[in-house]
Amino acid sequence: MSRAKTSEEAALKKNLRKIPFWKRPKEKKLNRSVAGNSLLFVIMAICGVFMALPLVMIINNALKPLDELFQYPPKIFVRNPSLDNFIDLFVIMNDSWVPFSRYILNTIIITGGGMVGHVLLASLAAYPLAKHNFPGKNILFSAVVLSMMFSWQVTQIPQYLIISWLHINNTYAALILPAFAYGMGLYLMKQFMEQIPDALLESARLDGASEWRIFWSIVMPNVKPAWLTLAIFQFQQMWGNTGSLFLRNEELKPLQYALQQISAGGTARAGAAAAVTFIIAIVPISFFLICQSNVLETMTTSGMKE
Amino acid sequence: MSGTSDPGSAAVSKEAAQIAAKQKTLRYQIKKNKTCYAMLAPFFILFFLFTVLPVVMSVVLSFTYFNMLEMPTFNGWNNYIKLFLEDDIFMIALKNTLIFAVVTGPISYLLCLLFAWIINDFKGSLRTFLTLIFYAPSICGNAYMVWNLILTGDRYGYLNGILLRMGIIDEAISWLKTEKYVLPVLIVVQLWLSLGTGFLSFIAGLQTVDKNLYEAAALDGIKNRWQELWYVTLPAMKPQLMFGAVMQITQSFAVADISIQLAGNPSVNYAGATVVTHLLDYGSTRFEMGYASAIATVLFLMMVGTNKLVQRLLRRVGE
Repeated sequence: MSRAKTSEEAALKKNLRKIPFWKRPKEKKLNRSVAGNSLLFVIMAICGVFMALPLVMIINNALKPLDELFQYPPKIFVRNPSLDNFIDLFVIMNDSWVPFSRYILNTIIITGGGMVGHVLLASLAAYPLAKHNFPGKNILFSAVVLSMMFSWQVTQIPQYLIISWLHINNTYAALILPAFAYGMGLYLMKQFMEQIPDALLESARLDGASEWRIFWSIVMPNVKPAWLTLAIFQFQQMWGNTGSLFLRNEELKPLQYALQQISAGGTARAGAAAAVTFIIAIVPISFFLICQSNVLETMTTSGMKE
Repeated sequence: MSGTSDPGSAAVSKEAAQIAAKQKTLRYQIKKNKTCYAMLAPFFILFFLFTVLPVVMSVVLSFTYFNMLEMPTFNGWNNYIKLFLEDDIFMIALKNTLIFAVVTGPISYLLCLLFAWIINDFKGSLRTFLTLIFYAPSICGNAYMVWNLILTGDRYGYLNGILLRMGIIDEAISWLKTEKYVLPVLIVVQLWLSLGTGFLSFIAGLQTVDKNLYEAAALDGIKNRWQELWYVTLPAMKPQLMFGAVMQITQSFAVADISIQLAGNPSVNYAGATVVTHLLDYGSTRFEMGYASAIATVLFLMMVGTNKLVQRLLRRVGE
């Protein structure tokens, strides 16, 4: 009976997709009035334009030829789009003292290392916190929640001292290691893991699987959305890092540093700078767009219980 | 079974009691869970090294004079006395930070909630698109530098261009170099950047509210969407509300980068100075680490204190 009903619904949905959306039958919604809908739509439209305008400018500026970039009065939209700015950028890149591929490699090592290490360590620590009871559990988790209540600037100076003491100054590790133990990642992972049914873990335990094996073969495949989310958040954190505090050697610096040097080049490099801004913005945005459904799924469990 | 009279079973139950007592001891518990501790170790060693230890060090260093070259020397409350009684710029920075926190904190929190709530009524790719538009500014790195173009102080600035053409102003305003405009302008940019993780949490939280609750509420006499929001939706997503509050509060106290990049550090008459820019000034320019640690400690207490207070308030939502 219910089976028949769901297949009927599926068929209805399939048919709906063939009809253009403005002709589809309206779903009746509770407690929604036309006046309220239009008010909220207007608010949404105004704020949406405000939010989107700078992004639209970034895209348009990247495509503007030089004469349009310095046009008076300034226009938001590009009239003769061209890829000159990107070509300029590549020319500057080829002239750079350190080969540009080196900056890209550095970024891949730093963000890639930071992402993988963080996802692994945070999941490994989240599993016992979510699924086991042991002395000290609450205090460890409270410490992590507390760490989300202040920003990184608070710990910056002592962190710098510690990194000098460990003699990892001027190495990739100075950027990667602190990134491994980022509290919010552990928090999100732990909250998400709590959803895994205990029965699943218990049956594996009866089959004689060790805790490590349960973690790796049962828990990890079940929390794929969460590790994608952690990876994305970590990427967003690390992408903007120029590393100039810890890295002195030019050959170790990430792409972000090189890009910022180019865009600081003043009027002569205005075109290349516009292309740089575009690249800086588009990379994290596309990553998010690709994984957004996973991120939202993870965030459903992000709430703080008392 | 009543085994109290049977000596054999008494011995067994005594043994069982001993085992139970042994299982209760801390040592046994730790031994039993050694795999758990092994799993926790890598993360928490680094967490301790790069988060817990720095907070402790910051508090300790705040009572010293330390310039990175010599060993730190103890100087009691002097840093704090200087900070609160003699440092006029810190007072400006503190005032600005509190304005940022009081204005951008609650407003960005309410905007996150409002937009998430409106977006929740959309479906499919339109929903994804709207989520992206509102969330994108917070993840686009330092692409907020585009505001430099909008706010350029001469006629080439987009904002000046538009206002001049509309006849609202007669001559170009240099937005980031005029004392009275700096803070409002930075607040607007900060709001633009502020729909981050908390916003995503709200969007996700709204999706999980049980649809049956809405129907039941309609039967109970909830008449419009505002009542529905207040009586049904908000109480149902309380955990997300608390998480979002932590994100927005922490963020609103930490404003610094946009101030430095847009208004400069130091800004005109310190109009854009915040506690964090002041911290950076002493920490990475003047190398007065003891003093900078005192600033960091004050910042830490402000952030955590506000968070704890707001958590306590939010716990009461819907009670």
